Amino acid sequence: MSSESNPSIGSSRRDFIRTSTAAVVGGTLASTIGVPGAWAAGSDEIRVGVIGCGGRGTGAIDNVLDAAEGVRIVAVGDLFPDRIASCLERVQRHGERAAVPPDRQFSGWNAYEQVIATDANYIILASPPGFRPAHLKAAVAAGKHIFTEKPVAVDAAGYRVVIEAYEASLQKGLAIAAGTQRRHHAAYLEAMRRVKDGAIGEIVAARAYWNQGGLWVKPRQPEWTDMEYQLRNWLYYTWLSGDHIVEQHVHNLDVVNWAMGAIPVRVVGVGGRQARTEPEYGHIYDHFGLDYEFSNGVHMMSMCRQQAGTPGQVAEALVGTQGSLYTQDGRMYEITGPHAWRWDGEYTSPYVQEHINLIASIRAGRPINELKQVADSTFTAIAGRHAAYTGKVIGFDELMTSDESLVPAQLTFGPMPTPAVPVPGLEDVTSM
Amino acid sequence: MRPAVSALLAVCCGVCVIAAPPGARDAAAPEPLAPYTDTLPDTKITFDMVPIPAGTFRMGSPPGEPGRDEDEGPQHEVTLPAFYMGRLEVTWDEYDQFAQRLDIRRLRRLGREVPRAGATAVSRPTPPYADESWGWGKEKQPVVGITHHAATKYCEWLSAATGKRYRLPTEAEWEYAARAGSTTAYGFGDDPAQLPEFAWYRANAGEQPHPGGQKKPNAWGLHDMHGNVAEWTADLYRPDAYAGRSSPMTAPFVDPDGERYPHVVRGGSWDDDPAELRSAARRASSEAWSRQDPQNPKSPWWHTDATFVGFRVVREVR
Repeated sequence: MSSESNPSIGSSRRDFIRTSTAAVVGGTLASTIGVPGAWAAGSDEIRVGVIGCGGRGTGAIDNVLDAAEGVRIVAVGDLFPDRIASCLERVQRHGERAAVPPDRQFSGWNAYEQVIATDANYIILASPPGFRPAHLKAAVAAGKHIFTEKPVAVDAAGYRVVIEAYEASLQKGLAIAAGTQRRHHAAYLEAMRRVKDGAIGEIVAARAYWNQGGLWVKPRQPEWTDMEYQLRNWLYYTWLSGDHIVEQHVHNLDVVNWAMGAIPVRVVGVGGRQARTEPEYGHIYDHFGLDYEFSNGVHMMSMCRQQAGTPGQVAEALVGTQGSLYTQDGRMYEITGPHAWRWDGEYTSPYVQEHINLIASIRAGRPINELKQVADSTFTAIAGRHAAYTGKVIGFDELMTSDESLVPAQLTFGPMPTPAVPVPGLEDVTSM
Repeated sequence: MRPAVSALLAVCCGVCVIAAPPGARDAAAPEPLAPYTDTLPDTKITFDMVPIPAGTFRMGSPPGEPGRDEDEGPQHEVTLPAFYMGRLEVTWDEYDQFAQRLDIRRLRRLGREVPRAGATAVSRPTPPYADESWGWGKEKQPVVGITHHAATKYCEWLSAATGKRYRLPTEAEWEYAARAGSTTAYGFGDDPAQLPEFAWYRANAGEQPHPGGQKKPNAWGLHDMHGNVAEWTADLYRPDAYAGRSSPMTAPFVDPDGERYPHVVRGGSWDDDPAELRSAARRASSEAWSRQDPQNPKSPWWHTDATFVGFRVVREVR
């Protein structure tokens, strides 16, 4: 196969070590990586408030501090004090930049409001997704720049809250980046640039996969209430995670939406809870298989599963009239056909790159705002979940007006029965 | 019920369950050494072990060997006792038994007896937030992307499960076995043009690893020592490891002593050019191999960016 190489990239792939780089969005934003602590606090200082101190929130602290000078963590919040303690212990390597005094460590249900109320000007949202709409709304209302993890909602009501926050954020000129990090990945960006330039012709079909094994579960402790168990095992409860199609597969759906420049209009499909059936796994499904349709008649086959012991596949494909794009995060980015191309380059961690790009956009006064696109891809996943849970054909326009709201109105520690496992044709999930 | 439940919980949260001393009791190795096939308990999954004779070899590469790095010298004589080495790199079928045999939920679903914690249990890999096989499939494919810790724990589990003392090869054992008596850049000679007969590497692998044993073996019957997946050794990597070694030296080993990085990786991979495949070529592991792990702490079991690293086992002969 003939292939064009990427001219700006060296041939050695050994170790891929890159500690400094140019930002890739727009190709114009300069890197600001440098000596930690060398930045004099000033108007450009990024003061980070972190909401959600689990593994991802803690990783995001590493990422934002690795992304630029003039960044420090000024406040942290989590429902649980033990998560704050373990988080701060794990980021000690950053020294003063991550030294958050006790009076800026907030726990409990209102921790997010307390973090937002500080002088932080850059909020990282890394709590379970069910809380994201409320957190986004509050952070935008307070005029903060935001890095938000994906997904950004678990239901239609949450989606609408996020879209309102998005519109307000545009009015306020806020910068918002999302944890759909493929949008900040040099290989994906180059592949997508070529697709938009017509390298595969017209897109006629798409595929998106996230098939993998199981994930972690935290054993119940005697002192935990039902609510605490669900929060600490939030993956397995739809009101918190949106189910794994929303929590995880959103990445792949987002890639196809990105290529299509649109979200689908309807979806039909199947799903179930077949291999991961023990009660500690809550009530979510362990597999989905869906057929999405875009307004131009293009179909996307979507498949995701979390079943231990099964072969995995995390990938996307676009079939065009003149060729195909195959992407597999972390290892393969390839176009076939007359404009064949294969990524053979290096890239920074996209998890750092998304902060590099966000910070650079803030400092340049040209705020990026990814909230709409991540909200739309989140909604795409929510619609797929509805299709599988109900067995119905789900129209996107209709679902957008649904009054379904999964997050309890009153959040307190106490009894909290696990919702029933949805059964197509038997149960209307909007009544859950 | 109670002990079983606590074992279940300990396993699923990924906390170390424990600990019989790794491979503590080895069944007597047959004499004289002969190839044998071992079977993972209660499975049809087998792996072949090849005897490596005791001997002395010249470790490292001579100045002037094309592609040589400074860390490959000075050359020195190394003497090793006999041992066994895996004919092939460890496969996903084998590695997954490590995870699955310690997965108590899985055993229950299969209606199997759940072992009591402490007997053979070592901690098992927690699942990654990803597809650990990178879409290449599993089964006979060589395992990839596992950390040094994971490879070490696999050996401990395998030892406990089989009653034989399996472990990672030392760097010296690896090079000795790769050379198989040769003194050339590769086990088959000096000419990289012959590599396609013996190795999967950048020029012929099609950007992926392959099931082992399809290429010619070396003189001692080992396949894929060059290329396919690069292989973990037990040693900590030091660029100057050979400096100041006496010569001859018996069974050298740079003890990592708990250090997570860097360890020595040998043999080159499907992703490498010929120079990296040489018998003396050394590579150091790095934190960058987990660069795309978005969590803190990063997984001790999986390298998100090391699609090229696997391992094979050796067995000591007492």
